[in-house]
Amino acid sequence: MKRTFSERLAILSDAAKYDASCASSGSDRRGAAKGKEKGLGSTERSGICHTWTPDGRCVSLLKILMTNFCIYDCAYCINRVSSGVERARFSVEEIVWLTLEFYRRNYIEGLFLSSGIIRSSDYTMEEMVRIAKVLRLDKGFRGYIHLKAIPDASPELLAEAGLYADRLSINVEMPTERGLNQYAPEKDAAGIRSAMGHMRQRMDAAKEKAPSGKRPARFAPGGQSTQMIVGADAATDQDILSSSSALYSDYRLRRVYYSAFSPIPHASEALPAQRPPLLREHRLYQADWLFRFYGFQFQEITESRPDGMLDLDVDPKLSWALDNRHVFPVEVNRAPRELLLRVPGLGPRSVTALLSARRHKLIRLDDLERLRVSLRKVRPFITTPDWKPVKLLDRLDLKALFAPPPKQLSLL
Amino acid sequence: MKEYRVSLPADASFALWRDHARAFLGAGVPPSLVIWECPSGQDDLFSMSETPLLPVRASGGRVTRDCLHLLETVLCHESVERFDLAYRILWRSRTERALLRTVTDPDMILARRMCHQIRHDVHKMKAFVRFRERTPEGSNTRHFVAWFEPEHHVLERVASFFARRFTDMNWIILTPRGSIGWDGETCVVTREICSREIVEDETEALWKTYYRSIFNPARVKVKAMRSEMSPKYWKNLPETELIPEMLAEAARKVW
Repeated sequence: MKRTFSERLAILSDAAKYDASCASSGSDRRGAAKGKEKGLGSTERSGICHTWTPDGRCVSLLKILMTNFCIYDCAYCINRVSSGVERARFSVEEIVWLTLEFYRRNYIEGLFLSSGIIRSSDYTMEEMVRIAKVLRLDKGFRGYIHLKAIPDASPELLAEAGLYADRLSINVEMPTERGLNQYAPEKDAAGIRSAMGHMRQRMDAAKEKAPSGKRPARFAPGGQSTQMIVGADAATDQDILSSSSALYSDYRLRRVYYSAFSPIPHASEALPAQRPPLLREHRLYQADWLFRFYGFQFQEITESRPDGMLDLDVDPKLSWALDNRHVFPVEVNRAPRELLLRVPGLGPRSVTALLSARRHKLIRLDDLERLRVSLRKVRPFITTPDWKPVKLLDRLDLKALFAPPPKQLSLL
Repeated sequence: MKEYRVSLPADASFALWRDHARAFLGAGVPPSLVIWECPSGQDDLFSMSETPLLPVRASGGRVTRDCLHLLETVLCHESVERFDLAYRILWRSRTERALLRTVTDPDMILARRMCHQIRHDVHKMKAFVRFRERTPEGSNTRHFVAWFEPEHHVLERVASFFARRFTDMNWIILTPRGSIGWDGETCVVTREICSREIVEDETEALWKTYYRSIFNPARVKVKAMRSEMSPKYWKNLPETELIPEMLAEAARKVW
């Protein structure tokens, strides 16, 4: 019996939920109208989350698979060929229709399209590109489009995808090449990286004006991102973060997403059956933020961790501060921005406010409180004219002041 | 010295406040002598009278662009306090050049907090408005209607967002503070109180199917969801009625 539209939507969105990204940010700002022609859709510099599901994740895009049939057999993936999951497929027209109808009701910022591989990589990629092309050219859709590129699809198809998509991404899937070989035998780490390198070149080229003044063809102005699965293989946080470091610098990725390996229905026996390591994932994101917004290098964050794993009890910034006490205390009235950003309890926003405030007055503890800085957190690490942390910083049990109280293990 | 009382409607526009503020500034009336108030619904009928404007005697001096932007934003706030605060900042900004940059000043802290709440309100409105279709029979253009309850006077601030985005359809957003409408050509903002219209839209069922399916029951984080999407918005979001059963189902699964 043929499944209804709604049943297929359920299958194809269920299959898409293991992709963490739902960002609709970072593209060029544009409106719906193009000259006199009316259209539908706009993009803002920062994305919009239209709702949240009870897993705490934001829903910004219609995130679906074109099909969850797949010829590959990647152990971590619910859609692998050997999985017993129900299969479905949407036609090009159906996805275009659904995207537009959801968009008109202000449910979403746009489409995040991914797919299982059917027939061949090129065939699959071609169908995906067709969806983006119909949306843009036939329907005048100017909202956000994120396409998950198929790594071994032909370069011409990738180039065409870049014409219509705001963001392109390819998942590296596993933090290490060994992990990928182990769990995704048909995928090729070198191939993935070369496709990412190829996309970076096109993105760079699209930003440069030719000497003739002619603008180059558009190519995914929202950049590229990737995702890796955490906790399925033996990679340590240090492995993961050094992999991120290379990804950010070599391919200039906008984002690296970390996805705690989530037990999937019809799981492969090759995988650990356990709750997803959410806290570990959270710490990795915190480390990622330290790199992107706080001026940390990934290496610094893990170098003093004996087993290469981030501390689960306290956040990586506090952990770094506790291991580098010689840097503190910092005088808030004189320290440069880079140093203030290292103080646990001060974020980029409060540092900016602090720098601006101290040009006009001497900062005391109550000024910090007015800037809504948590004194409990910052006090051991700073000095002000009315505060010196004489003994606090030398206390051996300083960490205990911050770490959560020990929990009794459950018996079962 | 004489005290001045100014009665303004609860949704007084920036322009209305500015007319009064200009007059006071020109007459050299310090903020401590002005009482700004909004009569509550009940006294309206009997005591509401237009507060006469002070005649403008002299120019109050120039205001920086940053200060003007700040005051315009503050005046979108819901609290009555906004009129007084805005006048105080305006008054002080003439002599205290660095006032706007003094982030530790109590008036600036309050103003910044209000601006933050207004930006938040604008942002959430962009996110949580839900259009329902009610295209009249025989119409070539599709028609949509939405109901939303903003907390501050932000309609003028978000109108351009919707007008930029949905140009090929007719739509109207009804709110208890007024409405924003688009007829394919122009965007009109009113401050007439609207009431909710009940419209059924079949596509909502598909949206709920999507919401239910994209949720990963292995990683329930209710607190994270609630901090981003406060339950105060839930009554106008069709998908949130599914949350209790989604959580109950997730709890039944064993991982």
